[in-house]
Amino acid sequence: MEATLAILIGVLVAVAVWLMLSRNLVRFLLGFTMLSNAVNLAIFVAGRLTPSAPPLVQEGAEGFASAFANPLPQALVLTAIVIGFGLLAFALVLTWQAQARLGTVRTDEMRVAEPPPAREAK
Amino acid sequence: MNGWYAALAALLPLAAAAATLIAHNRPRLQTALSLGFAAALLVDSALLFAAVWRDGIVVVQASGWAAPFGITLAVDTLGAVMTLIAAITGLACLAYATAEISEEDRRAFFHPLSHVLLAGVCGAFVTGDLFNLYVWFEVLLIASFGLLVIGGSKAQTDGAVLLIASFGLLVIGGSKAQTDGAVKYLALNLVATSLFLLATGLIYGLTGTLNMADLALAVPRIENVGVLNAAAMMLLAAFGMKAAVFPLFFWLPASYHTPLVSVSAVFAGLLTKVGVYALIRVVTLIFTHDPAWTNTLLLWTSGLTMLTGVLGAAAQNEWRRILSFHIVSQIGYMVMGLALGTRLGLVGAVFYLVHHIVVKANLFLIAGVARHLVGSMELKRSGGLYVAAPWLAILFFIPAFSLAGFPPLSGFWAKYIVIKAALDERGFWIAAAALVTGLLTIYSMTKIWGEAFWKPHPDGAVAATEAPRAMVAPITALAACTVVIGLFAQPFLAVAERAAAELTEPARYITAVLGARS
Repeated sequence: MEATLAILIGVLVAVAVWLMLSRNLVRFLLGFTMLSNAVNLAIFVAGRLTPSAPPLVQEGAEGFASAFANPLPQALVLTAIVIGFGLLAFALVLTWQAQARLGTVRTDEMRVAEPPPAREAK
Repeated sequence: MNGWYAALAALLPLAAAAATLIAHNRPRLQTALSLGFAAALLVDSALLFAAVWRDGIVVVQASGWAAPFGITLAVDTLGAVMTLIAAITGLACLAYATAEISEEDRRAFFHPLSHVLLAGVCGAFVTGDLFNLYVWFEVLLIASFGLLVIGGSKAQTDGAVLLIASFGLLVIGGSKAQTDGAVKYLALNLVATSLFLLATGLIYGLTGTLNMADLALAVPRIENVGVLNAAAMMLLAAFGMKAAVFPLFFWLPASYHTPLVSVSAVFAGLLTKVGVYALIRVVTLIFTHDPAWTNTLLLWTSGLTMLTGVLGAAAQNEWRRILSFHIVSQIGYMVMGLALGTRLGLVGAVFYLVHHIVVKANLFLIAGVARHLVGSMELKRSGGLYVAAPWLAILFFIPAFSLAGFPPLSGFWAKYIVIKAALDERGFWIAAAALVTGLLTIYSMTKIWGEAFWKPHPDGAVAATEAPRAMVAPITALAACTVVIGLFAQPFLAVAERAAAELTEPARYITAVLGARS
């Protein structure tokens, strides 16, 4: 199972890198969602996949009777998903605003903050 | 009690954000609350520093869960100094902002977002856990996105919208240049964030812990050095991007000259320095298994950062763009102090951090006053300030020539220590690079001096000669800090020495967090 997920993560990262190299902001953001999903999966796998009991101590027992699933990576992934969602929401609105204000979502056409020197000289 | 000071350093700004949000429809009350909480944070961080100085490293285990299982706050001298200086900068910039921001900017949640930003910065300085460091980075990142796009437009806003979610802000303000700058800032920070998170996941997979003190014990025992190095390089790249080191700095000069002056001053003073702090923390505490390789890499990075930054600045003709490139070059000095790997190098890096935050935030604020007086930040379209506002000329002279490293100002001591540390290690090339960078910094500062202060104004006279007191007071206070650090360097040096001593002996930090166990 770990091997399958590792390959999936690799494919996701490859797709993400390819999309993020694009100069189109929308493609960049699609790449970012792929990348954050890949990272979340990586954290999940890093906690080892244990198809065993939930990490709950039975009433009256002193400890775990058998092997139990590691809850920490899932807590980390949950936090990461929420943060990633917030960042993506912001990024989408910013892209929308770039389209509305600058008339483009292509990064090589965004030269307002850093005008090319030739135009400055005129 | 000491623990409360540490916890409050992160909690006070969060409470301030909530309080200023509640007072959203009461402008005077909101401003008063904002400044009041910033002052309270300053008092708290001063008490925290006093506690750390008196009793050593302050450690808090949230809810009494022993490390490494619970959430740990751990503040050593470096963390306490950084928190204190962040509080000073935060208060100065918020005071300046009261004169700068318009009603629309205020309605665009300027005050709540500023405090969330401060919470992220202070939280990153006090945390003792790698994943919490990531979360604090995200907190400050989200707030900085929101702040970056405030202002610059005259659009009326609907007061009924009370969403603190920073993306709600975007509908309100933001000039074309701000949108452009924000896109570049956002894109590179998203990449850095993903790298940071991935590295955190890999490190957890290798060690089973994310508590930094516990990691320091677990990392040397790892047999799979390949994966460890990959994770370490990802972390270095992520922090390097936040700190704006070569070759990952392009987002900084692309965006820092676009937002409000008080916002860019906070960014310039604090945000990149959080990256440097994180670099210092992980390199001295966690990734100590192969110092020769890390230090060589960092040393090359620092040299190239210094030179590219200062050369980039030489080509610019706008106040804040010049200053932005100088942030990059100055980051090089701090990384150089870290890369030397000696105690003196770290002393230099810490001293440099303190000096630089004050000076750089102040220079951005002065740029704002200059724009207030002459109406532009383009050097071609300004001039005559020396005649119109000699007081501003003096106030500019102090941080500008401190940045360039003139004795007896604070920058001289900072540069002196770093370069001395390099010469002690026979690092002649890096010392030469540092000296050349210092010379070229003088060139940039004299360019601003000549263009904005000495040259007559192209329109004949400057627009105004008086600036609001709320703008001048924080600048004067920060300039006074610079003079004090320069003239009475010994106590500050003692603090930097103690911080460096703690960093070079990570055993102290580990024992403080995990308790004495063998």
